[in-house]
Parts: sequence; C-alpha cells; structure tokens
Amino acid sequence: MDGADLTDSLRETVRAAGRGGTPLCLRGGGTKSFYGRVPAGEVLDLSRNRGIVRYQPTELVITARAGTPLAEVAAALAEHGQMLGFEPPAFGEDATLGGTIACGLSGPRRPFAGAARDAVLGLRCLDGTGEVLRLGGEVMKNVAGYDVSRLMTGALGTLGILLEVSLKVLPRPQTELTLILEEPDPQRALERMAGWQRQPLPLSGLAWSSGRLWVRLEGTAEGVAAARARLGGDEPADGPAFWRGLRDHRLAFFSDDRPLWRLAVPPAAPFIRLPETQPGDWLLDWGGAQRWLRSGLPPATVRAAATAAGGHATLFRGGDRGGEVFHPPSPAVLALHQRLKAVFDPGGIFNPGRLYPGV
Amino acid sequence: MMRAMSVSTQAQPLSPGLRATLLRRLRRLLPADAVLAREEELRPYECDALSAYRRLPGVVVLPRNADEVRAVLCLCRELQVPVVARGAGTGLAGGALPRPDGVLLSLARLDRILRLDPDNRIAVVQPGVRNLAVSEAAAAHGLFYAPDPSSQVACTIGGNVAENAGGVHCLKYGLTVHNVLGLKMITVDGEMLELGGVHGAPDGPGLDLTALAVGSEGMLGVVVEATLRLLPAPPAARVALAAFDDIATAGAAVGRIIGAGIVPAGLEMMDNAALRAAEDFVHAGYPRDAAAILLCEVDGEAAEAEAQTERVCALLREAGATEVRVARDEAERRRFWQGRKAAFPAVGRISPDYYCMDGTIPRHRLPQVLEGIARLAREHGLPVANVFHAGDGNLHPLILYDAARPGELERTERLGAKILELCVAAGGTITGEHGVGMEKIDQMCVQFGTAELQRFHDVKAAFDPAGLLNPGKAVPTLHRCAELGAMHVHGGRLPFPELERF
Repeated sequence: MDGADLTDSLRETVRAAGRGGTPLCLRGGGTKSFYGRVPAGEVLDLSRNRGIVRYQPTELVITARAGTPLAEVAAALAEHGQMLGFEPPAFGEDATLGGTIACGLSGPRRPFAGAARDAVLGLRCLDGTGEVLRLGGEVMKNVAGYDVSRLMTGALGTLGILLEVSLKVLPRPQTELTLILEEPDPQRALERMAGWQRQPLPLSGLAWSSGRLWVRLEGTAEGVAAARARLGGDEPADGPAFWRGLRDHRLAFFSDDRPLWRLAVPPAAPFIRLPETQPGDWLLDWGGAQRWLRSGLPPATVRAAATAAGGHATLFRGGDRGGEVFHPPSPAVLALHQRLKAVFDPGGIFNPGRLYPGV
Repeated sequence: MMRAMSVSTQAQPLSPGLRATLLRRLRRLLPADAVLAREEELRPYECDALSAYRRLPGVVVLPRNADEVRAVLCLCRELQVPVVARGAGTGLAGGALPRPDGVLLSLARLDRILRLDPDNRIAVVQPGVRNLAVSEAAAAHGLFYAPDPSSQVACTIGGNVAENAGGVHCLKYGLTVHNVLGLKMITVDGEMLELGGVHGAPDGPGLDLTALAVGSEGMLGVVVEATLRLLPAPPAARVALAAFDDIATAGAAVGRIIGAGIVPAGLEMMDNAALRAAEDFVHAGYPRDAAAILLCEVDGEAAEAEAQTERVCALLREAGATEVRVARDEAERRRFWQGRKAAFPAVGRISPDYYCMDGTIPRHRLPQVLEGIARLAREHGLPVANVFHAGDGNLHPLILYDAARPGELERTERLGAKILELCVAAGGTITGEHGVGMEKIDQMCVQFGTAELQRFHDVKAAFDPAGLLNPGKAVPTLHRCAELGAMHVHGGRLPFPELERF
C-alpha cells in the first residue's frame, strides 16, 4: 500500500504559518473546493499524507491517514465484503478520506445507516499551535472526554488538520435491489416515503426525482424479497448507477447553471412551494430529509422557506460564496463557534472564513 | 454498609451567609416545595448509583420548566455557585455527585413527552422523561427508541444524553449520540441554544455542537429538551444461546459472526462466575458448567430473522460451541435476556459489594485482556465476574469485595484502575458507556496526554468560563495528573510491555 506519515513536516509547516500569521487553505484532493465560503490562504496540500494504517475486518474499524484516496479505502473494504455505511460522495477521483470527513457529507444511505459523523470513532489531528491531538479511539464505544472527533467532522478544516481517521465500517449487504414507482406529485411522494419509513422495511435509499420514486432495498435475500413483494414497482436496468449518480451529483439534475441548494428538513415536512420554481427543480433524497433545489432565487427566500419547514439551507454549489453559504446561526451559537475556533486554532490560520466569517 | 471512597476534590460547604442569600433568592424564583435545604431532604441526593461516593449537596432545587432552570442558572452565575445537574441518579460513574458548596439541579420534574411525531419518527422530550417511557409511548405507532441501558426503567433521557448512554443493542443501533437529532440546552449565562435538528431535520448548520454536548456530563450546559430519533420496531427477534468450555473460544466466535457479515442486534458474553450467579438468581436456563456463554440476537422480518438465526447457529457450532440453543418462544427469549440484564444484581447476591468497570477494547484482544484481568485479580486477591457487550468490545468486569473488611475497598479501587489501564494499553478506552464522572477521573490521565486534556478544559471554558457547571468532573486538572504520576500510554513507553501494541 502507498503511504507516508507526514505528521512531522506538516507540524513544521503549521508552526511556521503560526509564527508568520499566514492563513492556510487546507486541501486534500481538491474535489470539494467549490464547497463552503470563498477559500483563503496559501494552499497546503495534504494528499501525500496517505495510507491505510490499520484494518482488521472483524473489528469493523478502519484507520487511515487523511490523504488516503477514498477509492483506496473503498477498495480495501470491498476486498473483505465491507463498506463505509454513510456512502460518502466522491465529486472526483482524487477525493480523500480527510476531505470527506472535514466536509462531513453523506450519501443516500445516510438516513438508514448513519451520517459521516456517526461513523467517526476517533482521529489524530494537528491543531493551530502545531500540537498533535489524539481524540476518540478505535473502538465502537468510547465516552472518555468530549467528543471532539465528531466536532471536527464537518468543521471544514477550521479547527485542525486531520492526520488520521478511524471509522466504523459495515458489512456489505447480501442483496441489493432498486425499485422505481411512478409518482408525479411531490407532496404525495413525500407522504409515501414517510409511510414506508414508519415500517420495518430494509430500506437503504429513498428518493424522488422527475416524477419517479426510487427505492433501494438492502439486506438478507429473505428480507429484501419480502419487502419487494410488499412495495410493488419495477426494477430498473441499472439501479446502482442511479444511486452512484445521486451520491456523486452526476445525475442530469445536477448539471445546471443555477446555484444548487441543499435543504435539510424534517423528512415529512410538506413539499416546499417557492415562486418561479417547478417540481422538476427539486430532487428529494434521504426519504425527504435532504432536498436539492436548483434555483436562482435570493438566498433569503430559500433560507426562510427552509426555516419555516423546520430545517436549514446550504448554498451547496455556485451562487455568491462571499456571503453566507451556511445558514447563519443565532448570535449565541455563532459566539460559541468563534470561541471553539480560538481553542483549536488561536491564530486563525486554518481555512479562515470558510464556514462562517470569523470561523 | 458501604464506606465512602476517597473523594479527593473535597470542597468546603457554602458559607452560612452565602447559603442564606442563595436560599432566599431561590425561594423567590421557585415554589416552596422546589427548594430543599434540610439535611433529611438533601440526604437522598448525596450520591448517584456509584454509592461509594457520597457528599451532601448545599441545596437541592426541582424546577418545573426551562424558564425556572434558566432562572436558577442565572442566579448561580451571579453568586458564583457551582451547579450539578441530575436526572434519576442511576449513573455509575458519580457524574451527578453533588457538591457541598453548590446547587444540585434535579430535572426530575421536567418529565413530559412534548411531541411524538410518527411521520418524522421523532420524539421531543424533556430531560426528566424516563428512557423506557419513550419506547412505551412510541409503541402505539410501531416505533421504538433504540438506546436501552440496563437501567432503562428508571434512567432519564437527560442523564442518557449527559453520559452518552449505550445498552445491549448498540452494535446495530448505536449509542445515544447516534439517536439524538437535536438539543435545546441552556448555558450558564442563561442562553438557550438550539443545537442540531431540534424539529427533526437530520442535521444543523455549522459545527456539530450536538455531538459535543452529548456525553459532556453536564459540564457545558443543561439540556432542557431533546429530539430523539425513533425507529420502526422489528417484527421478529430471535436469540441463540451458545455454551463454550473455554472463554477464548467464545471470544473467537464473536469475531467469526462479525466476520461473516452479520450485525446482530445484541451479542453478549458472560463468564462462568457471572452466568452462575445469574442462573441461581433468575433461572434463565443457562448451562451452569460452561466457561462462558454467548447470547446472540438477530432481528428483522420473520423470514429474515429465521434465516439469520440459522446462519448464526451454524457459525457458533463451527466456532466450537459445546451447545447451541435457540429460544423456542418469546417467553424463553425473555428469560435468556433476563439472566443477562439481572447479572449485576445477581452478582450483588453472592458478594457483599461489587464494583462495575466499563472498559472497551478491540474485540480481538479479548483473550489477552481476560487473561490480564484474571492475573490482576489473583494479585489483588479479589474475584472478578465478567459480563461483556461482546459485539462492541465493551467489558463490564465486576470486582467482588466486602467493604466491611479493612483495606478491601482500597484494594478494589486499585484493581479497578489497573483493569482500565489494561484496556487502554490494549488499544481501548477507560469508559465505553458509563462516563468518567468522578470515578474514572484519574484514569483520564492514562487515556489522554497533556495537550488533549488542556483542549478539553479550553472547550469547557468556551461554554462555561467560570467553571460553574459540574466542576471537577470528567476532565482531571493537569496538576492532578502530574501528582498521580500516571503514565499516558500513548506516549510510547507502556506500563504493560508484554502486550502487543497496535
């Protein structure tokens, strides 16, 4: 396996940046550079700090350096019939494990098998003073100390440089099956998805796009067969291709010049009606809890709709990245963000402003 | 009768003047029956379920709602009086141990399920709601709340959140942190924070402060509302019991089941001492002569559970089980589990006192760690009964002792500390699901280095600069670690050189 532990040289770089007050723009494979507020600082390439450190399939845990390509991790797991349960998106071949965890993004299986943060068991990172911190561990249950590894997940590198990540992995299901059901009405689609999610079905994907419901079943042959009989619908020619396309944003829906919004809302929240918006501008994933919207509407309009639905909106791709990309938190919560930033990155050198101004 | 263990961060009681001011002001904020100050009223709050540690609180308050909680916190901040939050007091690590110079904030009266939303599969509850009450309320909709600590009849959601409680179904369904979508938490400044998806969204914007709050042992804020994720109840559950004549073989069988791609709903192990005690107590039908037994439960659709059970039984036999039995009906299934869930009280019947440990290790280290525990037990002259959440490597060694015998309690504490250090050296942790509290504060010096401990203190200060919320718990001062001379085992030099490092 390719690999090198670059902890020492990265520590020197961080210390030098700290002394000089030089902001650093942390970069793994560079496949998610579009995400978050406008990047600032000198690019620090983290992709060469790579390699799988430990993987024992019967422990259901893998530990790898953060620069390890996601594809390498997936291949190592597949060899032993295992996978990352949160089905991380890869927006390019170079996507790394570190970038995946720093962005905290999860794929279609998220409502049924947990998010990226749920899979994180522990990590090693460099803080803004160049100190190596070892947080969490490599065991399933660990409640010693504050859960800083999960705090770092999705922090967009604003709190530290991830060096090594330990993740819980899952066995690949025995059987996977995709079904399509026609449903032109998005509100009705949400209701049907809510109804299925109340039942003990072996669901692992549930989406609505262009008048069709997509259902993925995973599990034992017996469980999948029983659910298939109950749900009806048709089996498409290439079900897995749809879920990959949804995960990596390669479906036709995502090739559009308008800004792409991600709304995270309670799954059964009513279909959101917006001005100048057609049902085809929406793609509903996560059984209704993650809703993609292509829209040039003013950010305030989209955010107000997300808030009214009980959730929040992220300007995921495109649009004005100089303004707020993520939903602005309350003043008290923003103040906590700033204080936590000061704890882990007192000089403010890591990805400054990528998440929020001053964070 | 248990004697008190040494609670080394002794605090002086409230000065009479400050106590009088505090009581007068509290009585203005709360109804008369919500402020307790007489010794006989304070006595029930002197400890949690780690009853070896006892201290009388300065004052006990029982607010009824979030506004009253906020008022109490603001007053305590103004007067610079420490606050310890408490749920049902079932915690095993002394996390709710009160302070003589502080207010004990009981959340028992915030006990309402505010909302049960079957379409969004959430329950919004106040912190004083009992764990089991959530699943009972959700059952009408065919849903349940997955984390199921053994104390689930009594323990509260607020306490579960504070300690990130687990249970026997963690391997498949996760810990509390995986099943809490959002929290409303009041800081010591009286700010109401909404963290994560309080209305049932899968996440919140910005940093994952929900994850930081879960398991923070009441050090960062006081949770007044939790949004819990509910799951559809599986229609069928089957449990297999396997007997082994050697505990290492039983440990290897666990790896074989996981390696075969099965994620059981529960996978529990008991050694001979524990299973005998349980059998004598509840007559679960355990084979008394086995060196160890495994209980393996699978759930799902009826046909699915059936097929999985067959695979599990075949794997257990291949792994060298001397006997494999599947519970024939629901009554027998309940009996098998009853033995496991009653293991602690069962051990309590055969020994005047017992002390429950909570280490977690990588599963494949089980044989060496068990050998190590047996060796340490012999050296300390104290028997140990072992109960494990084998599926996720979470060990509960129970040290049997008699506090009435001079020196035995101290020997028990020393043995417990050694067992936890052994877990850390094996690549594990000092606490899987019970929390650090007061009990394992010294072992935190073994688990973490100076840099991590300092950041933990800084995180607390980001929420609670004056250090008023549950001070002295969960994270030891660097000074304390230095005095103990405990060796941080990630440093390279190890207290157990005979153990393979990885």
